[in-house]
Amino acid sequence: MTEILLIMFTAVLVENFVFTRFLGICPFLGVSEKPDTALGMGFAVVFVMTLASAATNLIYNLILVPFELKYLKTIAFILVIASLVQLIEMFLRKYVPALYGALGIYLPLITTNCAVLGAALLSVESDYNFIKSVAFGFSAAVGFTLAIVIFAGVRERVAVANPPRSFEGIPIALVTAGLIAMAFSGFSSINLGI
Amino acid sequence: MTGENKKAARYSLALFAQQLRGGLLDNNPTLVQLLGTCPTLATTTSIDNAIGMGIAATLVLVFSNLFISLLRKLIPPQVRIAAYIVIISGFVSAIELLIKAFLPALDAALGVFIPLIVVNCIILARAEAFASKNRVLPSVVDGLAMGLGFTLALTMLAAIRELLGAGTLLGFPIFGDAIPPALIFIMPPGAFLTLGFIVAAVNKLLAIAERYRKKQLDKTLADEFAEDAALGGGVPPHASELEFVPSGEDEGK
Repeated sequence: MTEILLIMFTAVLVENFVFTRFLGICPFLGVSEKPDTALGMGFAVVFVMTLASAATNLIYNLILVPFELKYLKTIAFILVIASLVQLIEMFLRKYVPALYGALGIYLPLITTNCAVLGAALLSVESDYNFIKSVAFGFSAAVGFTLAIVIFAGVRERVAVANPPRSFEGIPIALVTAGLIAMAFSGFSSINLGI
Repeated sequence: MTGENKKAARYSLALFAQQLRGGLLDNNPTLVQLLGTCPTLATTTSIDNAIGMGIAATLVLVFSNLFISLLRKLIPPQVRIAAYIVIISGFVSAIELLIKAFLPALDAALGVFIPLIVVNCIILARAEAFASKNRVLPSVVDGLAMGLGFTLALTMLAAIRELLGAGTLLGFPIFGDAIPPALIFIMPPGAFLTLGFIVAAVNKLLAIAERYRKKQLDKTLADEFAEDAALGGGVPPHASELEFVPSGEDEGK
């Protein structure tokens, strides 16, 4: 149990997906103009990443390992993730229209979010079992949500500021992200004994 | 020689230069289009890593563009994205296995970012925007040009980060012990900061180029209208009054 808590703490803060692992930067820069859309994207990522971690872990341990097809994991995982996103979209549209209304527009974008594939590959690399890899996927996504919501909050203030012309838009956003990453790098000095 | 061959022969020089210039400068996938930011930030801690990542991505781009262009008339449009992803991930797996076998140090340094080339938006973007609509040779050149542009941007970013963050270039010490390196530049925050400043510099250069072009246009217009006026024409307009959409100032909006 402590091990799982450690995995979760590390994934949310110490090795935050956005600020230390550089996964999921595209949506992080693209969908962070307003805190509420950032939160919507974050929830969609939490939802998809938890399910995708479960699905890819099962596929890996039940199909790829027994049949000695480990080298196909990249192809298998990206196809699983793409079809999972499609399935979730269809399921939500039919049975939970309220949730679909909230998350719908973010779902198709998630297929190309490298955080989802990255979480699946990293949990295979670390030899996580089913429960650990679900916990890892969930908390990495929570870390992503935390990062994008904080960033959107700061960006809202930056939007009314007056940077030099060539810094307007993405460059000032990147500098802002750098400063937040500096704050997050404070967590890396926490020694968790793992 | 058939007509198509003639076209291919005529393709070679001017268009080749234009495509290469597009990938490396005008349309640089990383610095101008801001695609593929994750590997750009993650693998630029040293020049070695950046070049390794750049070459791996270039190889995938060239081969995926080649095969997608070859198959462009066979892939049904409804399932094209899925087909592209399968083709791309096939090449990525091949490259991944090759790097694991022959360059274990690079594999250890780049880690999960080699398989993640699959979701690098540059590759899917070129497949969708170029290779699916163009003939084989231009598509291969496009893959090469975009891949080299990506490699160039990565190497530039890595050179700055390695020089400031470790005091070395390609592993050779530059500053010696006299100036202690600013570690922050090889740490994650340095990646964001350096890329931010590089993109700002590129924006500035694009703005200067745009102003220069406008001035040239003003001059030619003024000349034309001077000629017109000599023949009894109207008032010369200023170029900025014409509809003129500046490129490169709308990124990220």
